[in-house]
Amino acid sequence: MNELILQEKFLSKETKGFLLITTLFGILVVILSLLGESNPLHLPVYVVNLLGKYVTYAILALSVDMVWGYLGILTLGHCVFFALGGYVMGMYLTRSIGAQGVYGDPILPDFMVFLNWHELPWYWQGLQYFPLAAVLIVAVPSLLAFVFGKLAFSSRVSGVYLSIITQALTYAMMLAFFLNELGFGGNNGLTDFKTLLGFSLQTDGIRIVLFALSVLVLCLSYLLCRSVLISKLGRLCIAVRDAENRVRFIGYRVENVKLLIFVLSAAIAGIAGALYVPQVGIINPSEFSPVNSIEIIVCVALGGRGRLYGAVIGAILVHIAKTCFTNLMPEFWLFALGALFVLVTLFLKDGVAGMINSWINSHHAKTEMRMA
Amino acid sequence: MLLTVLFISTVYAAEPDYEISKSLKDSLTDSKAKSRDNAIAILSEDLSEQNILVLNKLKNGLVYYDSQKEIFLKESVESNCYIQPSTSQKVCNLKLRRSGISTLQKKKIESILLKSALFSSNDSDRAKAVKKLLEIESQNDLPSEETIDKLIRQESQKEIYKDLKIVEALIQSRSPELGVQKLISCIDILEEKGNAACIQAIDRLKLSTNSEVSQRATKAASSLSFSKSISDFFEKIFFGLSLGSVLVLAAVGLSITFGVMGVINMAHGELIMLGAYTVWIIQQIMPQSMGLALFISIPCAFIVSAFFGILIEHFVIRHLSGRPLETLLATFGISLILQQLVRTLFSPLNRAVATPEFLQGSVQITSNLSITCNRLSIIFFSLVVFAVIVLVMKKTRLGLEVRAVSQNRAIAKAMGIKAEKVDVLTFGLGSGIAGVAGVALSQITNVGPNLGQSYIIDSFMVVVFGGAGNLWGTLTGGLIMGIANKLLEPVSGAMLSKIIILIALILFIQKRPRGLFPQRGRAAED
Repeated sequence: MNELILQEKFLSKETKGFLLITTLFGILVVILSLLGESNPLHLPVYVVNLLGKYVTYAILALSVDMVWGYLGILTLGHCVFFALGGYVMGMYLTRSIGAQGVYGDPILPDFMVFLNWHELPWYWQGLQYFPLAAVLIVAVPSLLAFVFGKLAFSSRVSGVYLSIITQALTYAMMLAFFLNELGFGGNNGLTDFKTLLGFSLQTDGIRIVLFALSVLVLCLSYLLCRSVLISKLGRLCIAVRDAENRVRFIGYRVENVKLLIFVLSAAIAGIAGALYVPQVGIINPSEFSPVNSIEIIVCVALGGRGRLYGAVIGAILVHIAKTCFTNLMPEFWLFALGALFVLVTLFLKDGVAGMINSWINSHHAKTEMRMA
Repeated sequence: MLLTVLFISTVYAAEPDYEISKSLKDSLTDSKAKSRDNAIAILSEDLSEQNILVLNKLKNGLVYYDSQKEIFLKESVESNCYIQPSTSQKVCNLKLRRSGISTLQKKKIESILLKSALFSSNDSDRAKAVKKLLEIESQNDLPSEETIDKLIRQESQKEIYKDLKIVEALIQSRSPELGVQKLISCIDILEEKGNAACIQAIDRLKLSTNSEVSQRATKAASSLSFSKSISDFFEKIFFGLSLGSVLVLAAVGLSITFGVMGVINMAHGELIMLGAYTVWIIQQIMPQSMGLALFISIPCAFIVSAFFGILIEHFVIRHLSGRPLETLLATFGISLILQQLVRTLFSPLNRAVATPEFLQGSVQITSNLSITCNRLSIIFFSLVVFAVIVLVMKKTRLGLEVRAVSQNRAIAKAMGIKAEKVDVLTFGLGSGIAGVAGVALSQITNVGPNLGQSYIIDSFMVVVFGGAGNLWGTLTGGLIMGIANKLLEPVSGAMLSKIIILIALILFIQKRPRGLFPQRGRAAED
């Protein structure tokens, strides 16, 4: 799968291709959406919004691929980091509402007024400042990943056990965020956002900007992952995936390698969540639900693990399919998703990206034969 | 069809054996609920058997009438058949209007019926009625002291006499003019009974102006509250045991398959659900005998779930051997498909599974500790199933082979054990047990498409806690988890207790990564 990564340059052929295609796609969508309404090629803003949502899922899938594809840990709860990042963003947006809420309280969010709270809990303090929110978007998921990873990896919980515990983690977080006493809006979550950095979220312009920003973050995350992977840490990470005990016997601290990659991945997932929330306009505890994490896993599996761009392809494909199915025949989506799991694991071990790769390789081999 | 029924019923109409007077008819068929007061008054003048029946039907909102002002009594809430009281004929599927009553009128009917039952000549009816008096929360609803006095003088049955004495004490405790001695003897009687109503009465007596009475009442109240907290504790333990035994049933199949094949079957919860649905289907087939249906559904559920399990093994898991994480994903896909299948076939709503007569009711241990029969039988049932599994594992050829394969697959194969065959049988066995767990669950929770999901994470935690592939680990793990859950719930709320248990489990795994009773193996990669 990754035999060649050790000799790879930072900007490999795939990376260049990926960046080129993604940038072109982003620019194309922005241009098409800016065309006049009468133009046949005009993209309605709701489609741009939808695409922006897909791109945030792609960033999340990228972070999952770091952990599952390169570290070999099947995480069934990665949405926990996504949702936490989203909640921090949601808190910032909620504080930005100010006195424009239903109850018009300048400080307290609507749901707190509704619950008869009289002061802001300590963890809501200061979140009206974007720089602090931006720091917390990365810090909160990273911190949880650090604590959880420290506990799990140092006790050498691995394989299926670890997968189940990650699932239980996200399940527990979901239950916790459903509680009204926690002060995150209970089962309604946070919604009715008005502005982001002073710009109204209802305008078309900000939606296009958010989409472009998501594409930019996708490219940057991709480059970040690449740079980690070709470093010594990345090589160790792949070594841990393929033969954990050998790496340990040589004398490396396996748990530290795992922890670094895991925390990095959680931070990226948190950023994805933060981009997701203003585009969807709501964040509630259902984002923690185990099924969401599983959907992301199937994206990575379908796209192909351990390739980075595979995860992105998978995320886009699965979510396009999901949108189509839920609009046409909602009952059918879960059948399709279930079948996707079974078929991909049975017949498409390396995913779509693997297929593309082998096709390109065989094509190359043929041309070389002809040259010879 | 309907016409023929009606036709036959008119031809064979029997002589009217119960005449409904015109005034009663009018007050029952009036559209205003207020006129029902009149009907209740007419009916309670003569408490004949028929009148009591009509009162009962009226109380439960089962009295209907047609456009000719003919009265019909519906058999039950679910049925569409009616009895005509004047002819005792049964007719079905009619369009009728209901004769509704207000909650106040319902209360009135209840008190009338209770009074009539108190003076009933049938011993068991009378005993039930007196027991009901003891459950009444506010003592203003109790009958007058003269009524009770009359009853006490008539009573020949010892048990009922005792209960009546307590009712008398409840009434007398409200009249301080009776004197200190009388009140203190009341407190003695009330303390002995010690149920909710008695505790209320004693609490009121604490405020008595007489110091002797209030001291005695305070003493009684504190001893009662102590015994109540003890019985509450035992009740929690018992609830925990019943939850735990369900968890054991749900997790044991998972544990066996994980021990032998090293794969986690994410569709295990859905196999439990299929077992629960089997009960529902069989009860639909034979609605006359719920108890028998439940017993028949135990082997049926085993077979249904085992069949699905073997299918999953044959078509999916077998092809993913040596890739546990992929197996987990594939079986997760299967669980989504099974859930959606049930939603499409049976509707996404919950299905009502009936609890047979012999599982209803409860066993009274002390005055404020009662144990419900269905939970008791579930504990018993789980232990029996568990014992059977242990016997299979310890005493049969299959059990021997299963243990061999789970300890060391390669060597077992070298010894001539067909590992693939063991895989299929193990998977069938584990899945079948899941089906049986579904039968047990159908008696205590709602049967719906999400039934499996709500138990699967808990079962996984039991497996992780107890150590995979170890039966005794699963038993201890399940019971401990159940009891911990129920002890934490009142302290921290249901959701928080789940979270606390999860965190505790993660910390526990720090100490023992392979659970309470880890499987012994020699592989370095374990």
